[in-house]
Amino acid sequence: MSLAKRIIPCLDVDAGRVVKGVNFVDIRDAGDPVEVARRYDEQGADEITFLDITASSDDRETMVHMVEQVAGEVFIPLTVGGGIRSTDDIRRMLNAGADKVGINTAAVHNPEFVKEAAERFGSQCIVVAIDAKRVSAESEPARWEIFTHGGRKPTGIDAVEWAKKMVAYGAGEILLTSMDRDGTKIGFDLELTRAVSDAVNVPVIASGGVGTLEHLAEGVKEGHAEAVLAASIFHFGEFTVEQAKQCMQKAGIEVRL
Amino acid sequence: MNTVAVVDYGMGNLHSVAKALEHAGDCRVVVTHEAKLIREADRVVLPGVGAIRDCIAEIKRLELDKIIHEVSRDRPFLGVCVGMQALMDFSEENDGTQCLKVLPGQVKYFGDKLTDTQGTVLKVPHMGWNQVHQENNHPMWHGINQDERFYFVHSYYVEAGCPEIVAATSNHGVSFAAALTQGSLFATQFHPEKSQHAGLALYANFLKWDGKA
Repeated sequence: MSLAKRIIPCLDVDAGRVVKGVNFVDIRDAGDPVEVARRYDEQGADEITFLDITASSDDRETMVHMVEQVAGEVFIPLTVGGGIRSTDDIRRMLNAGADKVGINTAAVHNPEFVKEAAERFGSQCIVVAIDAKRVSAESEPARWEIFTHGGRKPTGIDAVEWAKKMVAYGAGEILLTSMDRDGTKIGFDLELTRAVSDAVNVPVIASGGVGTLEHLAEGVKEGHAEAVLAASIFHFGEFTVEQAKQCMQKAGIEVRL
Repeated sequence: MNTVAVVDYGMGNLHSVAKALEHAGDCRVVVTHEAKLIREADRVVLPGVGAIRDCIAEIKRLELDKIIHEVSRDRPFLGVCVGMQALMDFSEENDGTQCLKVLPGQVKYFGDKLTDTQGTVLKVPHMGWNQVHQENNHPMWHGINQDERFYFVHSYYVEAGCPEIVAATSNHGVSFAAALTQGSLFATQFHPEKSQHAGLALYANFLKWDGKA
């Protein structure tokens, strides 16, 4: 009897609509978050993460309504990231039915925000998202730094040290994305994933670079991740979450089937 | 119509609990902290997330402790997550917090050096889908498979004061109470409202339960 490793599909949402082409064969409206979330729920997704990429602040309220709608239909944990900058943002998302919120750039600008959020709402709902990029030369010991603005802006902060600090400040989970691997489909940066997973006591979600089902299993076995997050391999109907779980099970990983 | 009061003391994912109950069966859900509305309900759910000291403080500030003692004995009552931990004698969380003492037992921290029997490090919070081993044939388990997985998220666990109240156990480096029961009271450490089919089945059972074991 033990905890199952989790598979988490991630959806990008702009003004309440799913973007970046979810493409199930028989879906009526691929932009409808409720319909897409329900599909993933049926496939056995362990959680769903929504990343709000809405640029205009006028459309932020739309995200709250979207969370309400999804939470009224889909009874698995929901995480909302993107644009979470204040405790008021968090309160609104949790009240709408989100279980966890992802804090990224706001944590880098103001680490105390993570502390405040964890004290107010509990660590269990505070996920700190870390976008990391390898900065060491090939001959040197591996080292990664935190980048903001979609991987364009270096901060000079060491990724492993940052993860430890965020956990000390109350983060209940770390969502770790390799900016080197994101979108490449060549697999997670396993060295990075393992370095962070082994350094902290809280669960780490591996993200960035998944192209095959085997990559997901590697994230757990070699990266020591508690959960794996992927977008495109599920969105285009290439693989279902269920297939991913069967593959992980064959690799000797405990999953919820 | 079956009326369910979901106790609102500002600490909990009330929206999800209310929606899951409505999905699970015919009922009218009232989200409230008013004593009168709670007493009028056929069934009561005490949800909860967050830190225990704040939960207990809010329950006391809203003068809900007496009502919780009362309705957890005289009608079907369901505590969820911190709503279960709040019912115990005492919690180690927040440097030690006196709880409501409805059920005998302590709430303990999983610890920072948790490992499984093979020595693999186990992360805290205990977050995700774990197996729930039913320890009795309670009506709340009707139609739910033995060792079914439910969704947990917690860093503290209940050590029951006596084995008779343990309705289910789970394991995360240590065996702990995943569900408790006493008379018309049932409580779960996991979140049924986040546990997909099995969770909705548990809520459906709660809506039908007559409060007897």
